[in-house]
Amino acid sequence: MHSLYMVLIDPFVQMVSAPDLFLQTIWEGLVAGVLYALIALGFVLIFKASGVFNFAQGMMVVFAGLTLIAFQDLGVPAPLALILAVGVMYLMAVTIERTVLRPLVNQPDIILFMATFGITYILIGVGEMIFGGEPKDVNTKAFMLPQGSLEIPAFGGFVQLQKIDIAAAIIAALMIGALAFFFQKTRIGRALRAVADSHKAALSVGISLNQIWVIVWFAAGIVALVAGIMWGARSNVSFALQVVALKALPVLILGGFTSIPGAIIGGLIIGIGEKIGEFYWGPLMGGGIESWLAYLIALGFLLFRPQGLFGEKIIERI
Amino acid sequence: MFYREAGQYKTSYPSDMAVFPIAQDRIGIGLILAAAFIFIPMVASDFIMSSVMIPFLVFSLAAIGLNILTGYTGLISLGTGAFMGVGAYACYKLTTIFPGVNIIVWIIVSGFFSAFVGIIFGIPSLRIKGFYLAVATLAAQFFLQWCFVRIPWLYNYNASGAIEVGTRTLFGIPIVGPNATPEVRYYVLLCIVVALTWIASNIVHGRIGRSWMAVRDMDIAAELMGIKLLDTKLLAFAVSSFYAGVAGACMMFLWYGGGEASDAFNINQSFNILFMVIIGGLGSLIGSFFGAAFISMLPTVLKFGLPAIGIPLSGATAEHLIHIMVGGLIIFFLIVEPHGLARLWQIGKQKLRMWPFPY
Amino acid sequence: MKFRHFALGAAAAVLAGATTLTAVPVQAQDTIYVPLLTYRTGPFANSGIPIADGMHDYLRMLNERDGGIGGARIVVEECETGYDTKKGIECYESTKGKGPVVYNPYSTGITLQMIPKATADKIPVLSMAYGLSASAKGNIFPWIFNPPATYWDGASVFIRHVAEQSGGLDKLKGKKIGLIHLDAPFGKEPIALLEALGKKYGFELKLYPVAASDMQNQGSVWLNIRRDRPDWIYNQGWGAMNPTAVKEAAKNNFPMERLVGVWWAGGDDDARAGGDAAKGYKSLNFHAAGTNFPVIQDIQKHVVDKGLSKAPKEKVGENLYNRGVYNSMLIAEAVRTAQKITGKKAINSEDMRKGLEALDITPARLKEMGMDGFAAPVKLSCDDHNGHNKVYVAQWDGTKWVKGSEWMDPMKDDVMPLIDTAAADYAKSNNWPARSEACQKGS
Repeated sequence: MHSLYMVLIDPFVQMVSAPDLFLQTIWEGLVAGVLYALIALGFVLIFKASGVFNFAQGMMVVFAGLTLIAFQDLGVPAPLALILAVGVMYLMAVTIERTVLRPLVNQPDIILFMATFGITYILIGVGEMIFGGEPKDVNTKAFMLPQGSLEIPAFGGFVQLQKIDIAAAIIAALMIGALAFFFQKTRIGRALRAVADSHKAALSVGISLNQIWVIVWFAAGIVALVAGIMWGARSNVSFALQVVALKALPVLILGGFTSIPGAIIGGLIIGIGEKIGEFYWGPLMGGGIESWLAYLIALGFLLFRPQGLFGEKIIERI
Repeated sequence: MFYREAGQYKTSYPSDMAVFPIAQDRIGIGLILAAAFIFIPMVASDFIMSSVMIPFLVFSLAAIGLNILTGYTGLISLGTGAFMGVGAYACYKLTTIFPGVNIIVWIIVSGFFSAFVGIIFGIPSLRIKGFYLAVATLAAQFFLQWCFVRIPWLYNYNASGAIEVGTRTLFGIPIVGPNATPEVRYYVLLCIVVALTWIASNIVHGRIGRSWMAVRDMDIAAELMGIKLLDTKLLAFAVSSFYAGVAGACMMFLWYGGGEASDAFNINQSFNILFMVIIGGLGSLIGSFFGAAFISMLPTVLKFGLPAIGIPLSGATAEHLIHIMVGGLIIFFLIVEPHGLARLWQIGKQKLRMWPFPY
Repeated sequence: MKFRHFALGAAAAVLAGATTLTAVPVQAQDTIYVPLLTYRTGPFANSGIPIADGMHDYLRMLNERDGGIGGARIVVEECETGYDTKKGIECYESTKGKGPVVYNPYSTGITLQMIPKATADKIPVLSMAYGLSASAKGNIFPWIFNPPATYWDGASVFIRHVAEQSGGLDKLKGKKIGLIHLDAPFGKEPIALLEALGKKYGFELKLYPVAASDMQNQGSVWLNIRRDRPDWIYNQGWGAMNPTAVKEAAKNNFPMERLVGVWWAGGDDDARAGGDAAKGYKSLNFHAAGTNFPVIQDIQKHVVDKGLSKAPKEKVGENLYNRGVYNSMLIAEAVRTAQKITGKKAINSEDMRKGLEALDITPARLKEMGMDGFAAPVKLSCDDHNGHNKVYVAQWDGTKWVKGSEWMDPMKDDVMPLIDTAAADYAKSNNWPARSEACQKGS
């Protein structure tokens, strides 16, 4: 009886009795969700256009962040460093397209997935050799990212909003808006969508697959760079950060591999869900349930919609 | 010239359906077994035994398990590491509760526990497919790994959360524990691997294997042909997890010899085994061995082999270079032969049949 | 064609590797082989690199300045583990044939693996202030050493520090003490002791586990901390978890001087990550930071300035670098002691065990080594492989670690019963053989 009370009633009593903490939990979940969504976006972009499940996305986040910091450490002013880092991401996209994707065109998905694992290995080796293994701090001042926090009194307590988190949410929103515009309104965006629908049909109307792949990998690189800066500003950039990218996977299956709005809404559901779960139910099980709760939430949704919330419905014919 | 089936007539159905229909293949497999049982223990040093051969065999077993699921049934799983962990912890609990029973029995029995857990996490596979299923199996990976840390009963309330492997003997010879020599552990492991491979080969070539492959190629069509999808898929999960569980128990007891087990069965392990299956060749038992050799041996061989032949590599730089080389080789092999090393093997055999007069 | 060349090359490499590795290298007359298992790669590299540099540089300095120890040159070989247990065992297996005198596993996971293996192979393991706490019992673990203090000693010093700051042990009653820890065996180590002390002194222990995959994603952990409002927090973290914890504490306005890390949470980078807000962060320590000691200056003169070190100049003297130096100092002193006992120059691993058991680093000896004020005296014995030596609390002043308290003794009365039970349990569940090695006279 007591344990039932602890599981079913007590968490809600806590939510009501300390509404400021409840709000804070939701805010933390929101921020985490936005950041998961940012990483998930990188996956979605590549999956949509080339059907590749890019295992290297997490490593690209780390690599992009470290490149930027390395340029800054060399004394390059922040805006120029940003441009140079974007340039490196472009070079990376071209290299990957030339050496990995082009020779593997028309192979089964799982082979391409495997190839991205090879890319991860290479990025780890190259990255550690160039940048070293120490965690690096993002110079928040140079990017004019705000620091400190706002404390909003609420319900007799307070809700603390980190300015950097607010900035992260705004930048992520802008990023997503820009990507949506790019996909819906521009010529390249239309070409990308055409490729996503059917490679062969796109080729037959004269769309260059190679070019499209460079563009999506480049776009994923930029998303990775932004994600790297944001995570880096919250903690720091180190090779351990790549495991955080695994958190984007439940977001992906929840939202659907091919949907940009899915990545965002999935991110928010996972972020808020896991924070509330960990905060209110975690202590009952000894804590740390965050590591698998996201997958369980996603699995729950998946049982009802096997292709994710916004994924394309798979129609199977014989 | 020597490798040709000309003149070998099949006079009965069983001989026609044999796994190795050609006499040369049977000789070949005999030679490989002879090498594994006699030649390698004779020439290999303790280091090669314990750091190259034993890990290779453990991973081969795990790769066979995953190949049954991914290669033969078409279900991608990223939870192999955790299923291995279930086997290891089950074996540990069994041998501490019943220390009188021989450890080899428990290593095999622990596979059944793993199979049971595998069935539970396999249930969603009926609705979820492809990469969606892969990510869903990550739920198993993370949940089970959390259990390994959070349920102290599993590691007998050990203060360090470690599995402690005492000495266990067979006919008076220690086969598990610090006093067991690498040779003895290798032989025990080799016997387990050979036996289980033989069983797997019979399963995949028989009725069950065919129904798995039918499901892999198109599950709706398979259903229309009268194959029960749920039963078939869950059976694949069970058998696959059984192999993974035995591999996990072998890993802890015959290779690691105890220690911090929760960390040994992490997500990277699951990825590694999936990659062994892919690079070895999906739907090929021999490919599982190739893949395990490639992924598990290559870094070790590069790390200790290169300095030994005079290429000075040391410390961190070596590690970075090895990462780059392994990554590069993976991509290289995928480009050369996307169907895995097993296909290269087949092509080689085909070439050999024509040799020396190819047309 | 290309492929065939590659395949041939690979096969040749494998064969050559196999043959060389099988050959046991002949030991030269007066060298001492010390393999260093280090990790400069992987997710924990940030903590591993300075330690590796410090360990290497001190031994190198002895070679450069004194020509080795007692006339025997030290052969140092680093083997990269990446903090990965599998690679750690590989390193052990590949080096044990070369006649190593001692192993430093530098990972709790690798230590646990090595305890049975090294005991069977009769090679001492020096797991300096990490590894299995129970291995402090020399009569059960003759080959394992973990000076100068166990995790349980550390946690008890933390409680002593809390009591001191609150005005006495009786003031602990009713206090809430949090433990933020890595959700792995290493992180959970202090729980047993803190629970025992909590019962004794009446404080409440709150646990905040951080999964290894969430090391840089601690939002919900700190929400819990904000809800529970613990008076003090003890941080048993490692790698990327530490800087994140310091940053989060600063963000959540947790008073920095009430956040105390274990000695492994005391990297300069860990504290620096918090910026100005990290000022006041504390961490346990058993040696000093900084370059203001003759021994560190000798390293600078003989190793760093000659370009023989991998460490960047400004990192020399950082806390974790000095920890590496301290560790190597223990190795070197044990070698010296072993040479004195046996009268041999090139000692073997059995001699090394005797040297470690007779290790007695007196204040006078510390001064002689140029380590006056650098570390507390250490004395081991046949029974006590740890010493349960004094520990102090270091504090981050915004740019460097300074002394934040006096040297304090661990609560041995509370720690020893735990160690005795744990060691007995270990011996029982492993059918551990009774100690057959005789004790040296006078130790």
